[in-house]
Amino acid sequence: MQPSSRVAPALLSLASLGLALAGPAAAAELPATTAAVLAGGCVNCHGPDGRAQGAIPPIGGLDEGYLRARLLAFRDGRDAPGSVMTRLMKGHDTDQIEALAKWFARGGTR
Amino acid sequence: MSGLSRRQMLGSLAAGGAALALPAIVRAGAGSARVVIVGGGFGGATAARYLKRHAPQLQVTLVEPAPRFHTCPFSNLYLAGLRSWDSLGHGFEGLRAAGVEVIHARAEDVDARRRNVRLSTGQTLGWDRLVLSPGVDMRWDALAGYDEAASQLAPHAWKAGPQTQLLRRQMEAMEDGGSFVMVIPDNPFRCPPGPYERAAMVAHYFKRHKPRSKILLLDAKDNFSKKGLFQQGWKALYGDMIEWVGLADDGRVTRVDAGTLTVETAFGQIHKAAVLNVIPPQKAGLIAERAGVVDASGWVPVKAENFETRQVAGIYALGDATLAAPMPKSAFVANTQAKLAAATIAADLLGQAPPAALFTNTCYSLIGPDYGISVAGVYGAAEGRIVERPGSGGVSPGTADAAFRAAEAAHGASWYAAICADIWGAG
Repeated sequence: MQPSSRVAPALLSLASLGLALAGPAAAAELPATTAAVLAGGCVNCHGPDGRAQGAIPPIGGLDEGYLRARLLAFRDGRDAPGSVMTRLMKGHDTDQIEALAKWFARGGTR
Repeated sequence: MSGLSRRQMLGSLAAGGAALALPAIVRAGAGSARVVIVGGGFGGATAARYLKRHAPQLQVTLVEPAPRFHTCPFSNLYLAGLRSWDSLGHGFEGLRAAGVEVIHARAEDVDARRRNVRLSTGQTLGWDRLVLSPGVDMRWDALAGYDEAASQLAPHAWKAGPQTQLLRRQMEAMEDGGSFVMVIPDNPFRCPPGPYERAAMVAHYFKRHKPRSKILLLDAKDNFSKKGLFQQGWKALYGDMIEWVGLADDGRVTRVDAGTLTVETAFGQIHKAAVLNVIPPQKAGLIAERAGVVDASGWVPVKAENFETRQVAGIYALGDATLAAPMPKSAFVANTQAKLAAATIAADLLGQAPPAALFTNTCYSLIGPDYGISVAGVYGAAEGRIVERPGSGGVSPGTADAAFRAAEAAHGASWYAAICADIWGAG
């Protein structure tokens, strides 16, 4: 069997389950307690449940795809390279960024 | 106990195994377990709130003497006249509403064997897990001439409270043209950028009210947090008002005479102050010593993966009291350490797998009302040590426009509101 013919049905089934936005199939989903610890740092600036009221923007309830793209752009130096977010995201791997995007897309709770 | 061994034990319980060999918590269910937390600051209050969030059935008791906790972060802004004293105070109603029992008393002794803590009220609290977040105490024996009585004349103002208010009153009483002298210790100490932010905030006050005054910083080391950024900002906003003297230029103070407001350096130079602010060497808060969890350094060694103390199983320690280098002794890391410890303790008591360790830090410092700088870092645990995640962290760019500095000043204020809401807010 050709590899391509194995991949296509797998992608199709993921899409049919509504999981296509969940990111690369290689990303291992982190346990909820680990995700909670990761997210604990974010809320210190972005507010409880990611709903800050001040100069730092809220992140709770934003679109998961948007959050993932933005966090990856910070990490890779493509967005606001001098900012705190770049310095912080460079310490996060793809699985951790995935977990944070999911966490805050769900409104900042598990 | 690891999650795996607990699951194995639960398995044997389900199979009708040796139930009597299990800890009381597992036999009776986690609902009967009690966690006592000492210290209502950035570490302790966070741990209390997040323990309740992870395991609402736990009995969580927070012991803190002050009915309102005043934060060291932003206390320099109070000195500058940019914040009111009341705006630094945070009550415990939010934590009570979240189900935390708050007892306003001082924890005086810990019996690690019997697993209890004795309070200043005479009450004794039993615990299944104990979390110590006592902050720092001053080492009154470390700097000749500087003891607790001397601090009434030459305040340290390194715990937010009457000392901070005393220093502000002294600044207000000082005549224009006076010399504000700050004595700064070697590492490690609470809030590494704090003295240098304080210099800027005192300068902000002087520039407006006593413009002929000077600020002399006598430092026991040659490098400090965000040094280049601070020196650049001092110069930009305050000209030559602030003079910093490091170790190499005889900046290390070896004797204090609080009566005459003079200090003597290692090579015998005498400096006379109009206002003398002495930040002495520090150690873990006394209760950590009473619990037997400090080592010869005076600080608390902890397991990197969960902040359980190395000395005593079942006792965790957080924040400035711990030996957690390369993480700084900051409010932000105390908070993220607390979130890891709370998740770990809850998982342990509920028989779940522990979380992976990850800590973040972001410290904003204010140089002027519209001039902020920052340092950030991300840390994990590897082979029992705390390690900075490769490629992460660092300080604000050395070259940045006024809008960038203004944005970081605004972000600092936003951070303070957010973290205080996270810890003491209505939640």
